[in-house]
Amino acid sequence: MPQYKTQTHKIGIYLWIWALLFVFSFFSYMVDYLNFEGLLRWTLILVFMVSKAALIVTVFMHLFWERYAIVNVLLWPMTLMVLLLGIMAADSIYTLSTRLIYFVAGS
Amino acid sequence: MNNRALGKLPKGWGGLTYDWSSDQRVFKGMPWNKAMMWIFLLSDTFIFCSVLISYMTVRVSTAALWPDPSVVFGLEVFGTSVPLLLIAIMTFVLISSSGTMAIAVKYGYEKNRKLCAIFLLLTAVCGATFVGMQAFEWTKLIVHEGVSPWGNPFGAEQFGAFFFMITGFHGTHVTIGVIFLLLMARKTWRGDFDTGRKGFFTNVTSNYRAIEIMGLYWHFVDLVWVLIFAFFYLW
Repeated sequence: MPQYKTQTHKIGIYLWIWALLFVFSFFSYMVDYLNFEGLLRWTLILVFMVSKAALIVTVFMHLFWERYAIVNVLLWPMTLMVLLLGIMAADSIYTLSTRLIYFVAGS
Repeated sequence: MNNRALGKLPKGWGGLTYDWSSDQRVFKGMPWNKAMMWIFLLSDTFIFCSVLISYMTVRVSTAALWPDPSVVFGLEVFGTSVPLLLIAIMTFVLISSSGTMAIAVKYGYEKNRKLCAIFLLLTAVCGATFVGMQAFEWTKLIVHEGVSPWGNPFGAEQFGAFFFMITGFHGTHVTIGVIFLLLMARKTWRGDFDTGRKGFFTNVTSNYRAIEIMGLYWHFVDLVWVLIFAFFYLW
């Protein structure tokens, strides 16, 4: 049976991240509760979302301590997903404009 | 590969090319079942990304008015309507379960049988609570407010289709996770990883690394909820 690498960390780091996730979730809930609108709302939502996702992936899923061989396997497909998101966002805005022109204004 | 041998390998970007060009297994120091869990999670990410991106495409491109989530998912508490209250509680419950899972994984690394099992059980309880609250939310929407996958009283018809597909698919993941957490908690408590007792379906003995792999799945479920919370409920 081969020996595998194990990492042990103090419990403190998990409690800290847990607390941070609570704080970020509370803030993102407050964005809705306080009715922030427009660009400010979107910036805050995305910043809190990305921070929470990053904390979970790096610390809770231990990706921070993994070798780059696995990190890159996950990183590049995710980059492509973000690219797809951008493409579809642009495409859907175009679709909306044609619908507004031909369905709503034209009817 | 043990810790000392692994410590001698090149790290960072140099390590990346070394690992991939070594003409050996790529994921050094990582058991195969953990590598395969990562690959599975990556493919699962693709599914969730497809669903969320198609939701975005439909929501942005529709000319109909999209229902306001903070009104639809609001909860009446003592006569005042609080927006997204149930969703906020669900978020905190799932994050707490992620915290207890991380601690269970830590005790798994340390081969601390009892504490590991207790925290696995706590995680399962939080997960089950989450699914329960989701069932409550679905009941409220379907029975009391008449939301269906093909229509709702608030606005664009597509709302229900995406809501039930996205939260339903995520809820299925949570449910499967809870079942496996309970199984792992039982195995851990019984000491299967210490005594080398074989699993029910397999001839292979397991070890405490299984807790870590379970943890990867559970944290992923929490991660997906972070995305759903931002894109479906806060948008």
